[in-house]
Amino acid sequence: MNKQKLPFSLLIVPLLLLPSCGGKKTEVSEQPSEAPSGAQPTPIDQSTVAAITGKVVFQGVKPKLARIMMDQDPVCVQKHSGAVYPEDGEMNSNGTLPNVFVYVKEGAEKYTFSAPTDPVVLDQNGCVYKPHVLGIQVGQDLHIISSDPTTHNIHPMPKNNREWNESQGPGAAPLEKKFARSEIMIPVKCNQHPWMRAYVGVTKNPFFSVTGSDGTFTIKGLPPGDYTIEAWTATYGTQEQKVTVGSKETKTLDFTFKPS
Amino acid sequence: MALAIAVVVALITVISVAIVVLKVWWMPLDISTHGPAIDHQMNLTLIFTGIIFILAQLGLAWFVWKYRDRGDGRKAIYSHGHGMLEATWTAMAAVLFIGLNLMGYRMWAEMYFRGAPPDALRVQVLGQQFAWYFRYPGPDGQFGPTHVEKVNDASGNFYGIDRERDPGSKDDIVTATLAVPVNRPVELVLLAKDVTHDFYVRELRIQQDMVPGMQIPVHFTATKTGRFEIACNQLCGLGHYKMRAFLEVMSEEDFQKWLQNMAAQQ
Amino acid sequence: MAELHAEAVHRHEAPKGFIWKYVFSLDHKVIGKQYYFLALLAVVVGMVLSWLIRVRMVWPSARIPGLDKLSPVGAPGGVMTPEYYLSLLTLHGTLMIFFVLTTAPQSGFGNYFLPLQIGAEDMAFPRLNMLSFWTTFVGLAVLLSTFFVTDGPPISGWTAYPPLSAVGSAAGPGEGLGQDLWVISIAIFCIGALLGALNFIATTLDLRTRGMKLMRMPLTCWAWFVTAVLGLLSFAVLFGACVLLLLDRVGGTSFFTPGGLIVSDKIIPHTGGSPLLWQHLFWFFGHPEVYIAILPGMGITSHILSCFSRKPIFGYKVMAASLMTIGFLSFTVWGHHMFVSGMSPYSGFTFSIFTMAIGVPSAIKTFNWLGTLWGGKLRFTSAMLFSIGFVSLFVTGGLSGIFLAQPAVDSYLHATYFVVGHFHMVMGVAAIFGMFAGTYFWFPKILKPLIPVHEFMTISALITGAAQFIFLFNLFWSMFKGEKASTNPWEATSLEWTVPSPPPFDNFGGKHPVVYHGAYEYGVPGAEKDYIMQDSPVKITAS
Repeated sequence: MNKQKLPFSLLIVPLLLLPSCGGKKTEVSEQPSEAPSGAQPTPIDQSTVAAITGKVVFQGVKPKLARIMMDQDPVCVQKHSGAVYPEDGEMNSNGTLPNVFVYVKEGAEKYTFSAPTDPVVLDQNGCVYKPHVLGIQVGQDLHIISSDPTTHNIHPMPKNNREWNESQGPGAAPLEKKFARSEIMIPVKCNQHPWMRAYVGVTKNPFFSVTGSDGTFTIKGLPPGDYTIEAWTATYGTQEQKVTVGSKETKTLDFTFKPS
Repeated sequence: MALAIAVVVALITVISVAIVVLKVWWMPLDISTHGPAIDHQMNLTLIFTGIIFILAQLGLAWFVWKYRDRGDGRKAIYSHGHGMLEATWTAMAAVLFIGLNLMGYRMWAEMYFRGAPPDALRVQVLGQQFAWYFRYPGPDGQFGPTHVEKVNDASGNFYGIDRERDPGSKDDIVTATLAVPVNRPVELVLLAKDVTHDFYVRELRIQQDMVPGMQIPVHFTATKTGRFEIACNQLCGLGHYKMRAFLEVMSEEDFQKWLQNMAAQQ
Repeated sequence: MAELHAEAVHRHEAPKGFIWKYVFSLDHKVIGKQYYFLALLAVVVGMVLSWLIRVRMVWPSARIPGLDKLSPVGAPGGVMTPEYYLSLLTLHGTLMIFFVLTTAPQSGFGNYFLPLQIGAEDMAFPRLNMLSFWTTFVGLAVLLSTFFVTDGPPISGWTAYPPLSAVGSAAGPGEGLGQDLWVISIAIFCIGALLGALNFIATTLDLRTRGMKLMRMPLTCWAWFVTAVLGLLSFAVLFGACVLLLLDRVGGTSFFTPGGLIVSDKIIPHTGGSPLLWQHLFWFFGHPEVYIAILPGMGITSHILSCFSRKPIFGYKVMAASLMTIGFLSFTVWGHHMFVSGMSPYSGFTFSIFTMAIGVPSAIKTFNWLGTLWGGKLRFTSAMLFSIGFVSLFVTGGLSGIFLAQPAVDSYLHATYFVVGHFHMVMGVAAIFGMFAGTYFWFPKILKPLIPVHEFMTISALITGAAQFIFLFNLFWSMFKGEKASTNPWEATSLEWTVPSPPPFDNFGGKHPVVYHGAYEYGVPGAEKDYIMQDSPVKITAS
C-alpha cells in the first residue's frame, strides 16, 4: 500500500513552500526614489556661497489657543507642571512666529546633494513632539525616539511618500526611517494622543531653516543665483519671495503673516 | 478509562461551579438605576443554566462509569428512543429558554424603547482613534452644527465646531473627561468620527457601539459618585487597547463647578 | 441479493501517473485527504499564532528569536508591537474559522465518507470537487501571503468591520494591501465553499444506493447535507459582501462607508454607506458558519456514540430533524451578534427569541446523546473518548450561549472574554474534538493502520490540548509504520466498513450495495452478532 502513503508527504511539501511563493507575489514595488543613488553630488565652491537670513513677523492679536486636554493618559499629564497649549498658530512674545519652515522652493534644481550622514531626531516628550516642525533631506535618516513611559504610534500622513503607522512602546529602540521623495509638509500624528502633531519638510537640498522662539531663520551655503524662497506655516498659509544672491552675500528677507 | 473520564468530567463540573459560587470572578460594582435588574437576570440565568450544567455533566460522568463494558456478557439495551421522554425535554427546554428570554425583555425595553426624561443632562460623546471627547451644550442648551473641514485635532477642535459663525456652538464645552451629576438622568448621544467604536462602562452596565454616520442615544442615572473607566469595546485599530477615558460621577454642586472651570479653558 | 446479480458490474480503473492520481485527482478520497491536510497545515499555523497572542498578552516585551526575520516591521528585534498582536488575532481567527473549522469536518471527512456511506462511487461532480479544493488552496495561499506584505496582515479582526477595513491604510497598518488580500482570500474561499456545497447536496440527493432511504442515512450524512445547504446559502452572501467591500476599498464605492468621516485627520471621500450593512451581511453568513463548523462534529459524535455504546442512536428521527431545525433557525439569529451594534432594539428582541429557540434542538441533541449512552455497553476507544468530550464541551459552551442570547445581559457581556470563552468552547474545542473523534474513528479505513491508543496522550489532550504535537507525530507515524487494520475493526454498521481498507478507487468495486437497515442497528436482540450491517439482508424482528 505504498502507493497510498506517498501522496501525503508530497502534498505537504508544496504547502510548506507556500509562504515563500506567497512572498514574491505580494512584494510592494516602491515608487522610484529621488535619493541621489550613485549620482555624484554637484561640487559647490564654498568660497563663493551666500546666505539668506530674516525673521517672520505676525501682524495681529495673539490668537487664543485652547488648552490641550490630556486626561486620558495620566503619564502625559504628569510630565507637565502647568497647562500645555497647541503649537500650531502660536506666536512668540516679540510678535514673531515660531515653527515656520523657510526653504528654497525653486532655483536649486541644478545641484545634486548627497544625504547627510548624521540623522535628524524627532523626540516624543510629554506627549508632545520635539521639535514641532523639522526639515530633512531626501534619503537622510530620521530617528524617532520616545522619552515617555507610555506607548505612542507614529503615523506620518504623506501624499507623495509611503504612508506608515507604527507603535513605539516605552523604552523601545528608536525607529529609523527615511523619506524617498521631497514633500512639503508631511504631517505626523499619534492616534493615541490625537493632539500630537509634527510637520516634516523633506527637501532635495540642504537649504532650509525653521524659525525658533525669536522668529528668525538663516539659510547658509547657497551658491550665487536666483531663488524662490517659501515660508510655510501650519495655520497662516504660505508666502514666497524671489531673491537673487551674489557671491559671499548675506541677504535679509522678512515675511509678514496675518490672521487667516 | 471509564473511571478516568468520569472523574475528569466531574472535576471540571465541580471546579466550574465552585468558581461561580465562590464568586472568584464576579461582576464589578453597579452604579446605575437599571443595573440591579440586569444583575438579577444574570443571576437567574446562572442558576437555571447552572442546574442544567450540573445535571448534564454529572449525568454524563455517571453514564460513562455505569454503562462501561465490563466484559460480563451484558447486552446493551435495544432502544431506538422514547417519544414521550423526548417530547418532555423538548417542551421543558423550550419553556425554560423562551421564558427566561421574556423575563429579560422588560429591561431591554426600559433601556431602549423608553427615551430619556426631558430634564436629562444631554452630552455628546465622540469616539475617534484612539480617544474620547465629550461636548456639553453650555447654558443655552444647544449643540451647534459641526463642520468636517473645521476639524483639527492638533488645535483641539475635535468636533469641528465654529464658535464664531454658529451661535449654538458659542458656549459649547468640549472635555476629555465625562463628568455627570449623581442621581440625575443623563442622555448620551454617541458619535464616531472615523471607525466603529464602542462605549462601555462596566459599572453602568451600559454598552453601545458608536457607528460612523449614526447618532445613537443611551440614557442612565448614576447612583454612586466616583471615577470609573470608559473603555472602547470594539476593535478600532492599533491603539484600541489604550482607548479609554474616565467617567466622573460627582455631586450636583461639584459638577457645576467643574463645568464652569472647563468652560473657562475653551 | 437478486438485484445485485441483475446489474452489470463495471469497474473504474484508477488513473495513472502521479499528478492525476494525487495532485489533480478526481477521486473524492484523495480530495478528502487533501482538504484534511490543508486544514492540518492551517491549524498548525493558527495554533502557533495563538501562542504568540498569549505570549504578547502576558509578556508584552518578550523577545521571540527569529520573529523579526518573518515580520521585521511587526516584531522589530523579535518584540511584538500592539498592531502585530492584532494581525495575529485577525489571521488566527480567519485561519481557524475558514480553513480549519469549515474545511476539515465538512470538506475533509465529508468528501471521503459521504459517497462511501451512501454507497456511491464518487461525488456527483468529481471535476467540480477538484476545482473546489484547489480554489480553497489558492485562498489559503493568498491569506498567508499577507505576512509578507510591507505593512503586514490586516488588523481588523476576522469580522473585518468597516469603516476600519474599508478606508485603507489611513486607518492603521495592515489596512492597505494586507486587507485587500484578506478580502480577496475570503472571496476565493467562498467560491470553493459554494462549489463544494453544490456537490454535497447533489451527491446526497441523487447518488444514494438502492435502499438507502434518507431516513436510513447515517447521521453524519445528514449533518454534511444540512451543512452543505447552510454553506450554499451563507457563502453566497459572504461572497457578495466581500465583493462590495473590495469595491469600497479600490473602486471608490460607498456601500459600507458613510460620509463625513475623518480618519487620522484625513477627510474620507466616501458618502452614504452604512457600516451596519456589512455587519448584517457578514453575520448572515457568520451565524450559519458557526453551525457549519459544529454540525459535522455533531454528526460524527452521534455516529460514534451509537457505535461504541453498542446500541441504536436514541431518537434517530429527532436527531435528523433537530439537525434540520438548527440549520433552518441558524438563518434567523444573526442579529444576536448585533444587539449593541446600533441596530433597531425592536429587531434585537426578535433575534433573541429565535436565538433562544435554537437552544431547543441543541438541548434535544444533548439529551439524546445521553440517552444513547444510557443502558449501553460502552467501549472506550479513542474516538469514543473524544465524542464523550464533545458532549461535555457542547453542554458547557451551549449553556454559556443562554446568557448571550438575552439582549439586556448581552449588553453587559458583549465583546468580552465571556464571548471569547463561549465560542471557543463550542467551535474551538468541541468542533476540534469532533475532528479528533473522526480521525481516530476513520483513520484505519483511510490508511489501513489503526492509530494506537496512548492513554496518556488522550487524557492530556482532553485536559490541556497541549498534546497536539503528540497527535501529529502519532498520526504521521501511524501513517507509515502503523499496524494493519481489518475491514471493520470497530464492528460498525455503515457502508464504509464493508469495503477494504483503504477503499479501492471506485469504492464498491463497480457494484452497487443494497441497503436494508438504518445505520444504528447495534445490540439487536436475537441477532447473530451484536450489530447488523446496513447491507445485510437479515430481518430485524425486535423493535
